Amino acid sequence: MLDKQGIAKRIAKEIKDGYYVNLGIGIPTLVANYIPDTMDVVLQSENGLLGMGPFPFEGEEDPDTINAGKQTITMLPGSAIFDSAMSFGMIRAKKVNLTILGAMEVSENGDIANWKIPGKMVKGMGGAMDLVASAENIIVAMQHVNKAGESKLLPQCTLPLTGVRCVKKIVTELGVFDVLPEGCFKLLERAPGVSVEEIKQATAGKLIIEGDVPEISLIY
Amino acid sequence: MNKVVSGADEAIRDITDGATLMLGGFGLCGLPENCIAALVKKGVKQLTCISNNAGVDDFGIGLMLKQRQVKKMISSYVGENAEFERQLLSGELEVELIPQGTLATRCMAAGYGMPAIFTPAGIGTEVAEGKEVRNFNGKDYLMELAFDADFAIVKAWKGDTMGNLVYRSTARNFNPVMAMAGKVTIAEVEELVEPGQLDPDHIHTPGIYVHRIFKGVNYEKRIEHKTVRSRTE
Repeated sequence: MLDKQGIAKRIAKEIKDGYYVNLGIGIPTLVANYIPDTMDVVLQSENGLLGMGPFPFEGEEDPDTINAGKQTITMLPGSAIFDSAMSFGMIRAKKVNLTILGAMEVSENGDIANWKIPGKMVKGMGGAMDLVASAENIIVAMQHVNKAGESKLLPQCTLPLTGVRCVKKIVTELGVFDVLPEGCFKLLERAPGVSVEEIKQATAGKLIIEGDVPEISLIY
Repeated sequence: MNKVVSGADEAIRDITDGATLMLGGFGLCGLPENCIAALVKKGVKQLTCISNNAGVDDFGIGLMLKQRQVKKMISSYVGENAEFERQLLSGELEVELIPQGTLATRCMAAGYGMPAIFTPAGIGTEVAEGKEVRNFNGKDYLMELAFDADFAIVKAWKGDTMGNLVYRSTARNFNPVMAMAGKVTIAEVEELVEPGQLDPDHIHTPGIYVHRIFKGVNYEKRIEHKTVRSRTE
C-alpha cells in the first residue's frame, strides 16, 4: 500500500518536461517534492503565481508571498505574478497542462465531488470548479475509501458535484486507475503488496481488469 | 485629481447599513486591514460582502462576522473560519458560494463594462441552478452576471495621490479586479507617493478606477499558514 508520499511520488511520474502544472491542496502539494530537477516544469498557483518554489527558510517567510493553500512559499527565477482574473483566464484557456487535485468521491464516468457535505461541511469550491471545467488533463489524488470504510470510486457521486465527466486518472493508496470515456475505472497498476482482489473489494464503481496488473514502480 | 483622504475613517465615511462591498485579498494576504478595522469600529450592519474568503475568526472579515455586521457573503472558499461556519449552518448568515474564477471574472466584467461572462465552471453542478446555459463550439457555458458593488475596498503596496496603484507579489490577487469594479473604489496603500514617482509602465491599476486613497498604518500582515524548510535541506 502507498502512503501519501508514495501517492505523490507516483503522480509525479505523470508530469512531463515543459508542463505547466496546477497542484491542489493536500497530497497534490506533495507532488512538487518529487519532480526531477532535470525536468523543466512550472507550477501555477491560482491565487496568481507562475513559478512557485519551495517553502522559504525560517525567518525568510514573506506574508505577501503565499500559495493557493495560504502557505508561505518562495518564487523561482522567472516567476510571474498576475491577478485572479488572469489566473483563471489561463486555466480556462487551457494553458495549464496538468491539474492534480484531491476528491471526496469520483464516479465511473469521471464526475468529481470535493467541496461540500450537505449539513456538515461547507468550505466552498475555491478554484476547483474552474479547474475541472476547463482542464483537459486532470489527475485525482485521494484515499481509496473514506473514514467510514466506504469506497470513494463510485458508480455515481452521492455528494454535490464539483464537475462532470472530467477526471482522467486516479491514484490512491491501492493503485492507479484510468477513467474511461465509456464509464468505468480501469486498473492500470496496483500498489506494492496489494492484490487485485483487495482493489475489487474497495471499488464500488465498475472496474475493468485486463491481464496481469503490474505493481507500481516509484523509480524513474 | 488628488484622491487622497486622511485615513480609513474618512475613506469609509459614507458606507452605510445595507451596502454591498467588495473586499480585496486572498486568505489573509493583501487585505485592506485599515478599512476593515474602521468598518468594525463604525459598526455598519446588514452588509453584503464580496470577497474570496471570509478571514479567520479573529482577523480580516472574521472581525466583521463576529460583530454580526454581515448579512450576506459571496465567496469561493470559507474553510478557515469556525464562526463563519457556525453562522452559516445555523442560518444566521446568508452565503453564496461561487467558483473562484467566476468571482474574479465577474469583478473583471464590471470593470470592463461588460454585463455578463460565459464560463464552463459549475456546469452540471448546483452552481448552475437557475442560470442561463449557452453552447459555444459544442461546449456548455454558464452565463454569470457582472457584479454590482457600491464600494470596492482594496489594498495596494504603493499608490500615488492620483490613485495609480502597484501591488506586491501574491498580495495582488483579487485587488486589481475589484479596484476596477466598485462604484466607489477605496485604496489603502503602504506607501503613498507623488505623481511621477511610479513608472507609468509599471502601474497595475490606473487611477481612473480609484476614488479615494490613503496611506495605511500598522499593517499586521498575518500569515495564515507559516511553512518553512530547514537550512540543512
